[in-house]
Amino acid sequence: MTKLLEWLFAVSLVGVAWGLVTFDLLDFQFPAVYREVAWPMPVYLLVVFGCYSLATVGYRVATFNDCEEAARELQGQIQEAKEDLKKKGLKI
Amino acid sequence: MASGKGNKKKQEDSDKYSVLLPTYNERENLPLIVWLLVKYFGESGYNYEIIVIDDGSPDGTLQIAEQLQKIYGHDKIVLRPRPKKLGLGTAYIHGIKHATGNFIIIMDADLSHHPKFIPQFIEKQKEGGYDLISGTRYRGDGGVYGWDLRRKLISRGANFITQVLLRPGASDLTGSFRLYKKNVLESLVERCVSKGYVFQMEMIVRARQLGYTIGEVPISFVDRVYGESKLGGNEIVSFLKGLLTLFATT
Repeated sequence: MTKLLEWLFAVSLVGVAWGLVTFDLLDFQFPAVYREVAWPMPVYLLVVFGCYSLATVGYRVATFNDCEEAARELQGQIQEAKEDLKKKGLKI
Repeated sequence: MASGKGNKKKQEDSDKYSVLLPTYNERENLPLIVWLLVKYFGESGYNYEIIVIDDGSPDGTLQIAEQLQKIYGHDKIVLRPRPKKLGLGTAYIHGIKHATGNFIIIMDADLSHHPKFIPQFIEKQKEGGYDLISGTRYRGDGGVYGWDLRRKLISRGANFITQVLLRPGASDLTGSFRLYKKNVLESLVERCVSKGYVFQMEMIVRARQLGYTIGEVPISFVDRVYGESKLGGNEIVSFLKGLLTLFATT
């Protein structure tokens, strides 16, 4: 199953569950409070997911390591390499 | 003394590591990356060869590579040039064909990938018997140098979307610093059709699809010291296209 199909499958499951409760499709005669909670649920879920995404990406951008030390080490090694290669007879 | 002990340990080791270095106009960087590879392989004592695949660079990268071959020996530096720029996927196929190692390491020749991580890749591989080891900028001590906020935001954002859509089981999908078992790389390269950033992503996604095991080692990515790297609108659009293609087909 491709990822696309997995997603479609999961979304339709949620959609069916939502439809069952909100419109009482199978005539379960749910209490009215169920319907009140259920009908705006897709919007809530989207908002929650959006917030989670923004928070996650924001946090990861803020904590992205800046490898200053690695860059300094590399610069030092480049000098060392150039001198050593010159000694070994490399002509650039 | 630590390296003396290391050498003894590794001499019993029959594993050989072939480093594939596809180059195009890297005359400045090639001697430096080779020097660093020789240094770290020498210190850790693993058996290795460096395969330089130059795609007809007009700047004389190949002549530099020939000099390096004289300095370090034909068994360590192997030259497999091609007449013109033919793309990364075929460069790997070309390199694998000539590789004598049972493991293949792929990395960029522009010094953004530091050879000091290779011994860690190898240890990690041995520890878990992994089919491939991927360097990751997004985990543990991994990170980047030389990226502004915009670049970081795009990178993290693209990575997040990809993780949500594909759940690939690896944290760095677009990185290209990796160690593969030779047969694993062969079977993956055959199957992968994408270009650019998406190529590396497809390799990981297909690896997971085929049931290969993936290990990760945090790396620091130091953006190109010489030359410049670009991330423009075109790259972003082709990345998204590739992502959606993988989403629909894997």
